[in-house]
Amino acid sequence: MTAAETSPEHLLSGPEKDPAGDAGHRDAPPRVGFFTDTSVCIGCKACEVACKEWNAIPEDGLSLSGMSYDNTQGLGASTWRHVAFIEQPTGSSGSRPPAPPAAPGPEGRALLPLTDAPAPAASAPGSGELRWLMSSDVCKHCTHAACLDVCPTGSLFRTEFGTVVVQEDICNGCGYCVPACPYGVIEQRPTDGRAFKCTLCYDRLGAGQEPACAKACPTESIQFGPLDELRERAALRVDQLHEAGVPEARLYGHEPDNGVGGDGAFFLLLDEPEVYGLPPAPVVTTRDLPAMWKHAGAAALSLLGGVTLSFALPALTRRKGSR
Amino acid sequence: MVEHAEFGSYYGRPVIKAPSWAARDIAGYFFLGGLAGAGSVVAAGAHLTGRTTTATAMKMSSLVAVGLSAAALVNDLGRPSRFANMLRVLKPTSPMSVGSWLLSVYGPAAGAAAFCAVTGRLPRIGAAATLGAALTGPAVATYTAVLASDTAVPAWHGAHRELPYLFAASATAAASGMALVTGATRESAPARCAAVLAAAADFAASAAVERRLGLVAETFRAGRAGALLRSARVLTGAGAVAAAGSGLLGAQARPVASAGGLALLTGSALTRFGIFAAGIASAEDPKYTVVPQRERLAAATAAA
Repeated sequence: MTAAETSPEHLLSGPEKDPAGDAGHRDAPPRVGFFTDTSVCIGCKACEVACKEWNAIPEDGLSLSGMSYDNTQGLGASTWRHVAFIEQPTGSSGSRPPAPPAAPGPEGRALLPLTDAPAPAASAPGSGELRWLMSSDVCKHCTHAACLDVCPTGSLFRTEFGTVVVQEDICNGCGYCVPACPYGVIEQRPTDGRAFKCTLCYDRLGAGQEPACAKACPTESIQFGPLDELRERAALRVDQLHEAGVPEARLYGHEPDNGVGGDGAFFLLLDEPEVYGLPPAPVVTTRDLPAMWKHAGAAALSLLGGVTLSFALPALTRRKGSR
Repeated sequence: MVEHAEFGSYYGRPVIKAPSWAARDIAGYFFLGGLAGAGSVVAAGAHLTGRTTTATAMKMSSLVAVGLSAAALVNDLGRPSRFANMLRVLKPTSPMSVGSWLLSVYGPAAGAAAFCAVTGRLPRIGAAATLGAALTGPAVATYTAVLASDTAVPAWHGAHRELPYLFAASATAAASGMALVTGATRESAPARCAAVLAAAADFAASAAVERRLGLVAETFRAGRAGALLRSARVLTGAGAVAAAGSGLLGAQARPVASAGGLALLTGSALTRFGIFAAGIASAEDPKYTVVPQRERLAAATAAA
């Protein structure tokens, strides 16, 4: 997955140890991020609400989508946390795994049964039973952030915490970051023209607080902390789930050598990423930028050469004709 | 053609976000920037070979095109009053930043070249500006391909190697078309030659783009983009044939050359609007994001 064209400094793609340091921050604090463990998400949307409230994000539609309990529909300029709801028939389709026997909770947490009756051991194929997948999505704060790379004004920048933030007083609303994001996170607010996205609560981090969504999450599905620590915790958690008979548990976005050099916000998922609306193998677009500039240069020279030839050919034929 | 590709999605919603750019502004800019940039090269060639009518006409055309380009770009900003922030930094990783600086060098050069040609004043400065515009013009015409392909939009990013050549060819077609329409007939031999070369290169590059894109090439054939690109091919081909034919006609050449020139101009514009529409279509359907990424993963797994 890593690029053949990767520069030796890994500035455009590939593993990158210290994004904040490379952005010029001296003595930067450890890089922080989110680990969203969707196996314990209960779909309460407290993260969405806390994010809206803390960041004073305007209302962005009150329509009913028909997409299960998801009326927010996706991340956008005015939605920086988004809870996805997926209803899957259990055992009825060959591609869908059977319902897991009640996933175990994280360490030290007492699990309360939701009903008195014990859950059926395995639902029969075609029994019409559903399983819920719920997942709180957020900006990935990529190690190689395409939005930041392509921003022509320098409005998007890398913070000392290794996160990616838009400076609202610089953004001129060119909208280039929007199609650059391989996750479809950042967006222009129609009423405002400027681009907005999750700041990982930059203001709260500066004051030594955790982001509002993580603070509000009642099940610790959203965990905030130093990225290295979160990656260790996630690896333990996925092992725990595999041992408990949930083989479909997998981490998404955690590898430092993935297409974006590792996500600052990564996930534990219970199905393929695209089921949650996430790209299966995104690559930062600027990985290929050196090749693009090379081809654009060659094309510009071809243009110059082609037009020169067009002036030379008639002159040559005329001279031949006159002889 | 891959039919019924199996892929998962979240309620069929797109994975990436399509740009909110207006086609009129941005596809229009791709066309106008190409017309201006390649036009400056034609203008310089005409200037150096003593084809003064064509030279002056092409200098004016480039000035008008680059002026309209700037207007379109500022108009498309979410905050037009902050357009000057484009020159706040110079970032090689941002094709838009590079392009802004490029335009701010090219634009004044094209303007000076036109001013000196029309007024007849300051001929040396005019010549220098003509050369300056001719040297920066090709970059103005091709960097826009990088601007489009440096995104996650499948139809644009997937064609990032071939798109600059297609843009260069399309820009040359537009400029030669403009030279046929506005230049003097007795001076039009180079424009006729350029029209034929450009049309051939346009077809070759288009074919290479579609070959490269595989499944995503569907977006170049279906819907609005398909209709635009098919019309573009017909007009570009007809324009090149008319241009070549007008060279053999002698006295009746003028109307044929003009019609060919108009066809080439329209063909180039439709090419840019078609590529723009294909990109939007590829961003709006999760299939074009998910399936190629799945294929890449499968290939990586198979290789390992």
